[in-house]
Amino acid sequence: MRRSGAQIVWEMLMHEGVDVVFGLPGGSILDTYHCLQEYDIRHVLVRHEQGAAHAADGYARASGRVGVAMATSGPGATNLVTGIATAMLDSSPMVCITGQVSSSLIGSDAFQEADVTGITLPITKHNYLVTDVEELAETIHEAFYVACSGRPGPVLIDLPKNVQQAETDFVPPEGEPRLPGYRPLDRPDPEVLAMAADLINQAERPVILAGHGVLMSGTTALLKKLAEGMGAAVAVTLLGMGAFPHSHSLSVGMMGMHGEALANKAIQGADLLVALGMRFDDRVTGRLDAYAPQARKVHIDADAAELNKVVRADVAILSDLSVALDELLGMVEPVDRGQWLSRIAQWRVKYQGGNILHRPHNGRLAAPYVIDSLRQQTDGQALVVTDVGQHQMWTALHYGLERPNSLITSGGLGTMGFGLPAAIGAQVAQPSREVWAIVGDGGFQMTIQELGTLVQENLPVRIALINNGYLGMVRQWQELFYDKRYSATNLVNPDFVQLVGAYGIPAWRVKHHEEMSAAIAEARQESGPAFVEFQVSREGADGNVYPMVAPGAALDEMIYLPEPAIEGATEGEWPA
Amino acid sequence: MSRTLIALVEDKPGVLARVAGLMRRRAFNIESLTVGHTHEPGISRMTIVVDSDEKSAEKVAQHLNKLVNVIGVEDATDRPLVARNLALIKVRANGGSRAEVMQIVETFRARVVDVGLDSLMIEATGTEEKVEGLVQVLETFGVLEMVQGGRVAMVRGTE
Repeated sequence: MRRSGAQIVWEMLMHEGVDVVFGLPGGSILDTYHCLQEYDIRHVLVRHEQGAAHAADGYARASGRVGVAMATSGPGATNLVTGIATAMLDSSPMVCITGQVSSSLIGSDAFQEADVTGITLPITKHNYLVTDVEELAETIHEAFYVACSGRPGPVLIDLPKNVQQAETDFVPPEGEPRLPGYRPLDRPDPEVLAMAADLINQAERPVILAGHGVLMSGTTALLKKLAEGMGAAVAVTLLGMGAFPHSHSLSVGMMGMHGEALANKAIQGADLLVALGMRFDDRVTGRLDAYAPQARKVHIDADAAELNKVVRADVAILSDLSVALDELLGMVEPVDRGQWLSRIAQWRVKYQGGNILHRPHNGRLAAPYVIDSLRQQTDGQALVVTDVGQHQMWTALHYGLERPNSLITSGGLGTMGFGLPAAIGAQVAQPSREVWAIVGDGGFQMTIQELGTLVQENLPVRIALINNGYLGMVRQWQELFYDKRYSATNLVNPDFVQLVGAYGIPAWRVKHHEEMSAAIAEARQESGPAFVEFQVSREGADGNVYPMVAPGAALDEMIYLPEPAIEGATEGEWPA
Repeated sequence: MSRTLIALVEDKPGVLARVAGLMRRRAFNIESLTVGHTHEPGISRMTIVVDSDEKSAEKVAQHLNKLVNVIGVEDATDRPLVARNLALIKVRANGGSRAEVMQIVETFRARVVDVGLDSLMIEATGTEEKVEGLVQVLETFGVLEMVQGGRVAMVRGTE
């Protein structure tokens, strides 16, 4: 078959099973866009390329398949950068295709030329500059293989205009690409696995730490078996939420800086940590030299570079998690850990009061109640996509995730502006699931233009805006650690209901606690997009995320919700 | 402490930038890096000398191993190694000192590869210590110019 480079792009996308591309055209990718209509691939036109990258990322996380973003050269490609770095830090499989100026112009500072492979070198799993149309099909095949195998990640293909225009005989490549330096997944060393089993069988106070790797390897059922077999408590990372049902009696919830007190207590009191598909991020460990001081550590990960990177493991296992867990299950002996579990049960009761939802309500509209109402009305079954900040932590703490792959959030890079476009991608991937984008007023305005995309695609994404008129998480740090000097965190915001309404999206504003549930219920009735703004407590105990581990503090040195709760709080009222 | 890493890489555009970029990003100080073809077509070999301890060198080797174009990396520091460095040294040598310089060159088993009116160019191969020793002695005559090729290394015997 005689095909142009532009046609080969779409032929290969079809060949790789792609059914949707998120993008925005421009001069250097025009030839490829010219052929789009010849192929049965849906194109979602974003308003800014960052939106395309986040949407492709959200699509990937919601579907488990590779998300594809497309942009033109120069500014189009550099606008993808934040989204690529976000996907890199959270191991999300993505392929970005960028136009590039013609080969003969590369290096001449031509119009809309940027060194995109150079710029994205440290934030991609791999990238390519295709200089010969003969190599294009194989390169795309390889890119998809690299993006979704092993520890997944973003791959970028930079495609000069003349390569898109050139013709060749197209033969779709088959089989695994030949990559002599690439080893996607290892099997566990049986001896090392036996050492891990020994530590597990000897342990009296084990805690399993479940990360993103558990969800990506599809091992939630194995994790449940292991936890129940061991009688171990299970704590999850932010990206590991949903790997273990929150309501399970062995669940101690999310760990880390804004984790649940119960999880952090359990980790600090454990004599064994079994870390699965997680990487001991600094937000998870707190002060490193005080981290889980009595615990031996078993660490299983698919990425050799993560083992012993932060925390020295007593047993480090480089392996595909599904194989390691499967084999480990056969080696774990039933041990009575009733004492440990009853201590955890005591902690569970003790720290319950630290949850604002268990305190008497003061009548103010506060974010945790909004999240709780969402959880109740959606039965904890919605696909929740967050932005980054206080609302993200409130969601993690109060949504009570029961299902795997139900929280999509920027964990590693902490990218504000991620929420709305990622929710668009997630809804495209899961058209029948109820998708809620929970965003703050700061991050929402970083990619607010994607409301246009939402309307153009008529996607039923529901947006819950947790509005406190601040860059709230930064303000919280200023309150707690920077002498309450609110430097550059106060936001003068637009009338969000009018703004969103101008896009034709039904919008509600909630100022009072009593109106909250009804507004959520109404938004859920819409068949297309819907928006609810919640003007929540701006400051004070109900305006902060608790508990919190101060930066540089040990994991169990937590700042708790102040006593007496929040009765009669007047701090940070909204102007009348 | 300097560690010697040996890396086999695919001979593809940008591989050097990927390797060097990764070292920069992970804050590794490269003392020397040499790259050249091997006997196998399409495969190049790098000898990378880094200023680091054993643990960090292991970490950087693991990160390098993740690069798709890197076929394999080994920290060969503690293995029986033959490590060599090539240096070209131009030294001032006129009538009076010429014979003396040539005698020193002989002692160090180096070679004179070019003779100028009032200078000699010397080619020296060996460990960094040997090259350094030679340079120190030659400095008394006046070193005009010097270039070093960086360490290349190979593990002794067959595996």
